[in-house]
Amino acid sequence: MRRGIGAAEFGRDFTSPGIFGARMSDFLRDYLNVVWFAVAALAIGGLLLGLAAAIRPSFPSAEKNIAYESGVDPVGMGWSQSQIRYYVFALLFVIFDVEAVFLFPWAANIERYGTFGLVVMLIFIVLLLDGLVYAWKRGLLRWV
Amino acid sequence: MNVLAQADTLPISEPEIWWFALSPLLTLVGGALLLMVVGALTPQWPRGLYAFVSAMIGGAAGVLAIFNWDDISDNGPATLVGGALAFDTFAMWSTIVISGAVVLVSMLADEYIRDTPNDGPEIYALLLVAAAGGIVMASANDLIVLFLGLETLSLAFYVLAASNRRSDASAESGLKYFLLGGFASAFFLYGIALVYGATGSTNIGEMVTSLANRGDSGNDVLALAGIALLLVGLGFKIAAAPFHVWTPDVYQGAPTPITAFMASAGKAAAFGALIRVLISGLPSFRDDWQPIIWVLAVASLVVGSFLAVVQRNVKRMLAYSSVSHAGFILVGVEAAAHTAGEADGGMGISSVQLYLLLYSVIVIGSFGVVALVAREADADLSVFDGLAKRKPLLAGAFTIFLLAQAGVPFTTGFIAKFGVIQAGVDAESYGLAIIAMVTAVIAAFVYLRIMVAMWQKDVEDDAPAITVPVSAAIAIGFAAVFTLVAGLYPSLLIDWSDAITLVR
Repeated sequence: MRRGIGAAEFGRDFTSPGIFGARMSDFLRDYLNVVWFAVAALAIGGLLLGLAAAIRPSFPSAEKNIAYESGVDPVGMGWSQSQIRYYVFALLFVIFDVEAVFLFPWAANIERYGTFGLVVMLIFIVLLLDGLVYAWKRGLLRWV
Repeated sequence: MNVLAQADTLPISEPEIWWFALSPLLTLVGGALLLMVVGALTPQWPRGLYAFVSAMIGGAAGVLAIFNWDDISDNGPATLVGGALAFDTFAMWSTIVISGAVVLVSMLADEYIRDTPNDGPEIYALLLVAAAGGIVMASANDLIVLFLGLETLSLAFYVLAASNRRSDASAESGLKYFLLGGFASAFFLYGIALVYGATGSTNIGEMVTSLANRGDSGNDVLALAGIALLLVGLGFKIAAAPFHVWTPDVYQGAPTPITAFMASAGKAAAFGALIRVLISGLPSFRDDWQPIIWVLAVASLVVGSFLAVVQRNVKRMLAYSSVSHAGFILVGVEAAAHTAGEADGGMGISSVQLYLLLYSVIVIGSFGVVALVAREADADLSVFDGLAKRKPLLAGAFTIFLLAQAGVPFTTGFIAKFGVIQAGVDAESYGLAIIAMVTAVIAAFVYLRIMVAMWQKDVEDDAPAITVPVSAAIAIGFAAVFTLVAGLYPSLLIDWSDAITLVR
């Protein structure tokens, strides 16, 4: 029988009925580590924050509640309008961002993928270029 | 040399690609790119040419699928691209249904789109992309590939639903569909992740092997949770109650030809995916998901029929009736579930595919008439008052479609309903068959209401004139003739649908 890391580390036999009286499968038992990590993280975080709150002096003032922005007082509201024109550029940026994400691993291993990889990559780039050509001919690259 | 470095120097194994088997898919994708790029590079094309090209591409894909069907019946089914896609009669049937829907909807959309500010190649490019996504869904042999198809279809549908820029209802429909559809896609993806966790593969063939050999060592929590999530995602796409809530709003707000496409090609693709996942991929859990399908079928039948009765808007009526049709199709799926994974698959799958083909034609015809009669205005029932006196042929065609939806004999609707109920009875699921027949009677009331409005009521004086463009007339005429002729002589279609098999 496959034994999960959880069982080895905590020296307990998890196949015996647990807290809820149910038998856990090997697969789920492997995830017990994650649960213990989550519990530990919450406990340590909560402990430190609670301790700090308990022992630090507390003198609240209006000044302290202002959002800090590189030493400058913030101007205007958090909800401000931005130009819809940027939206198109953001979208086009995403196209080429994704292209780069796919191109780098391929370029790093170009010999291994051979001609097949080259053809597939060319198809991929042509598909993306189609989008750019479309955007360009529809006048989306013009700053209006 | 360590293992990783060694793996880097080995050439990757390229999947073998059989181009002709992929040709319907490539035709649609290539056609969409062609329309989009060439359409953008050239000035406005002459009247109706965008729609004509789109219909031709759809037709070409359908013809190529017929050639492939022939190939499969001679040489047997196979899997393509390293097991990513299935190449079987099931996939080709779905391809033919979806391509046919592209042709009919392009013809309907032509005049309709020209009246909106969206005249251009975009709508048709999106139609073709959606069709390609639908075909991938129905022929996927890998859950990730299936998800890719689902997203291709859905993203195109979101944009198509919102494509009438002057209409608030269209924008609302697009947004609702997008938000709920994104939610459903996330469910589906989470389901894939859990099933992958349980089986160690996303390939449907490997999943089946892994599940068959799993023994009784562990429990099946992971796989069952994954199946539940997959069912939520697919239930949304097929618009089965209780996941149907988006249907009336989206169908009502979307431009009517687009609604026709969603109700025909969208359903065909989603049911194709449902059968691939459940019948083909998870037969070892059939005892677990079959009751869920039973409940979904009953809920869809009851909710669809009853809520259709209380609607005032014809597009909403047809939307709810499409929910009840989804229930009928689920009766066929439930019947197929009894023998899922066995050599003799029974009649379930064939009856489902036959239903999808016949229903697609009927629903495209119905929404085609609605698109002509209620142009921009919301399709309130009063718009149809006295249609028989104004446009007798249009009213006659709509009557044929409505009778077919009600399942009256001598129409394809009867053949479709008879097929799934026969499959249900054959699989000894009598209760479901009885519920289906009872709700069919209730749903018939809706169709009769529209017919009474058309034939018995008087024309309102201020009713706007109805013009019937040639292309839409041909599409609706074809649909009406098909509904009658195939309803009278169904044997050929039934024989073809009997040849439907699944490969994995």
